[in-house]
Amino acid sequence: MTPQTNAVSKNITVTGTKRYIAAILSAICMGFGQIFNGQFVKGIVYIIIYIFAIISGLDFWKYSYWGLTTMGETPGKDHSLVIMIESLVGVVLFLIVLGIYILNIIDAYKNGKLRDQGYRVPGIKQTIKNVVDQGYALAYLSPGMIFLILVTLIPLLFTTLIAFTNYDLYHSPPAKFIEWVGFNNFKMIWSFGGWKRTLTYVFSWTVVWTVLSTVSTFGLGLFVALILNQKDIKGSKIFRTILILPWAVPALVSILIFTGLFNTNFGPINDLLAFFHLGPVRWLEDPTWAKIAVLLVNLWVGFPFQMALCTGILQSIPQDIYEAAMVDGASPFQKFFKITLPLVLYSTAPLIIMQMSYNFNNFNVIYLFNQGKPPIIGLRDAGGTDILISWVFKLTLDKLKYNYAAALSLIIFIIVAGFSIYNFRRTRSFQEEDMLQ
Amino acid sequence: MINQKTLKYLRLTFSYLFLLVMVAIVAYPILWMIGASFNSGDSLYSSTMFPKKPTLEHYRELVTNSDYPFHLWYLNTLKVASLTALLGVILCSTTAYAYSRFRFAGRKYGMMAMLVIQMFPSFMNIVALYVLLNMVGLLDSHMGLVLVYAGTNIPFNAWIMKGYFDTIPKSLEEAALIDGASRMTIFWKIMIPLAKPIIAVITIFHFVIPFGDFILARILLTSYKKYTLTIGLFSLVNNQFGKNWTTFTAGALLMAIPIVIVYMSLQKYFISGLTRGATKG
Repeated sequence: MTPQTNAVSKNITVTGTKRYIAAILSAICMGFGQIFNGQFVKGIVYIIIYIFAIISGLDFWKYSYWGLTTMGETPGKDHSLVIMIESLVGVVLFLIVLGIYILNIIDAYKNGKLRDQGYRVPGIKQTIKNVVDQGYALAYLSPGMIFLILVTLIPLLFTTLIAFTNYDLYHSPPAKFIEWVGFNNFKMIWSFGGWKRTLTYVFSWTVVWTVLSTVSTFGLGLFVALILNQKDIKGSKIFRTILILPWAVPALVSILIFTGLFNTNFGPINDLLAFFHLGPVRWLEDPTWAKIAVLLVNLWVGFPFQMALCTGILQSIPQDIYEAAMVDGASPFQKFFKITLPLVLYSTAPLIIMQMSYNFNNFNVIYLFNQGKPPIIGLRDAGGTDILISWVFKLTLDKLKYNYAAALSLIIFIIVAGFSIYNFRRTRSFQEEDMLQ
Repeated sequence: MINQKTLKYLRLTFSYLFLLVMVAIVAYPILWMIGASFNSGDSLYSSTMFPKKPTLEHYRELVTNSDYPFHLWYLNTLKVASLTALLGVILCSTTAYAYSRFRFAGRKYGMMAMLVIQMFPSFMNIVALYVLLNMVGLLDSHMGLVLVYAGTNIPFNAWIMKGYFDTIPKSLEEAALIDGASRMTIFWKIMIPLAKPIIAVITIFHFVIPFGDFILARILLTSYKKYTLTIGLFSLVNNQFGKNWTTFTAGALLMAIPIVIVYMSLQKYFISGLTRGATKG
């Protein structure tokens, strides 16, 4: 009798307390519960992990605790930042061990329950088979996970911690120690007039930027894809190849080139406008025009990706839907708004969400084009085209106000993550994922 | 019926006009860049799209000058790009395979958590990465940069790849399992060959990372000889050499050429692979 079949028959009577005893034993020392259940090999493996974790981990965790509470004690020798990161590595290792520990208790409880139900626990052969099956998932996942923990999770935790410290130009290691300041940075940003004003200004432009940049690239991409997808267009392949070019040119290059093209005095764009007796438009110096310019640059850089995507989707829509619509006498507009658009939006929804969060944090276009300029009087270290991320960049690298930068990062992250999670959960691919297969 | 015909002509005329305008808008900055790179002189603003006296001096300068090692930057970038692509594809395909084919606790939320965590918008992260790389002695090394590039780009690419894997029927693997093939064999002999289009896409996505990033490279690489093209070229316009715009455009053009060729030649994979991966169409 295998455990899998047991799960089906829930009405089997459970008598005895072996499951509780096993769980408690495993909670006292990893592996004891398994030995109590008669799974000696598994129990011993758990005990070895346990001893190993205690011996090698204890000093590590003591250090983490010391590090995170004091942030260094010997001036000149202890570097608060290094201590924080080393401590965080300890914290993550501790969380992993904690995870194994909890799994061990659950495992002891489950097998104890099997015994309470009168079954035999799986022997070593069965266990190895289970471990191998589960192990495959783990083996395929772990390389990626290890990388993600190191390059995204630990930095994320680190920034979160910095948001609650006084790390800035005047408290900068190794000369000085960093200290915990609680919610002070958040209070400061919120209560101090200049900061609050800057935050409101930058935030509202960030929202406008996110929506307009996403909608414009998607709209143009879809429109071009529709034009190219008409059956009687000749040379659509050549057009597509040319129009995909901006995607292939490294953004750093094209954005810097655009800075030159938009130059108010010498730029070819103003030359062109002058030809029609317009302008000169102060593309880089006027806050409103600068915003428009940066949106246009982003449109140039961003539409080919959307075009490629929409082309693929359009080609995958079965033609008989349109034929049926034609028989029913649908107009071209009806066909577009009732068939094409819903189908395209339906399948691109998750990608549009990602695109929005990407644009929300689209540092490259904003910073490389105009460094967030032009300056605006009364704003704290932010200019007319600065979005939150480029403002944070300036606070970090130019002004060395690391603590405020971290606090702002955290606020941005909570907004973006909240928006994305809410929307991801509503998309079809998340809700119906397993039904599709 | 005549009405239908005029409508068709109107539609086609509009379409071609629109496409031609788009081509002009797309091509202009690129042609302008090409033109500038053949101009004599250094200034961006005195240069014209069709130079009066076309010259190759900027290209010659890039290759022969003794002030900065352009050819080293180029080789560095190609090296970092290839290694990032290799490592990235391995990491993404294994992660995507696990999410696509195994059912384990927290799978659905794990995927979402992965995507959300990478949206964390912080330059403080770079400080953390700096300290971490310093701890293992990989600061100012290409290996360190490769590890960071490959690691930070797992979520989005693994997600697209998973979407593609999901469209590959499971029956093939089940048949192979019954025939006694191991999971490893199935992965290498069945999944990977079937997923060629998306692997091509993911390879390119990783390969172009070093050509687009300049913040990470700027902070993690400190010695001049280890620079990649982006920071090298940026230093050309921004730093000690003054505004060498025309030389910059020449270098930028040389940098863009390999990528453009790769993009053009793999275009069909982009449309089929990307669409299938991102939308499960």
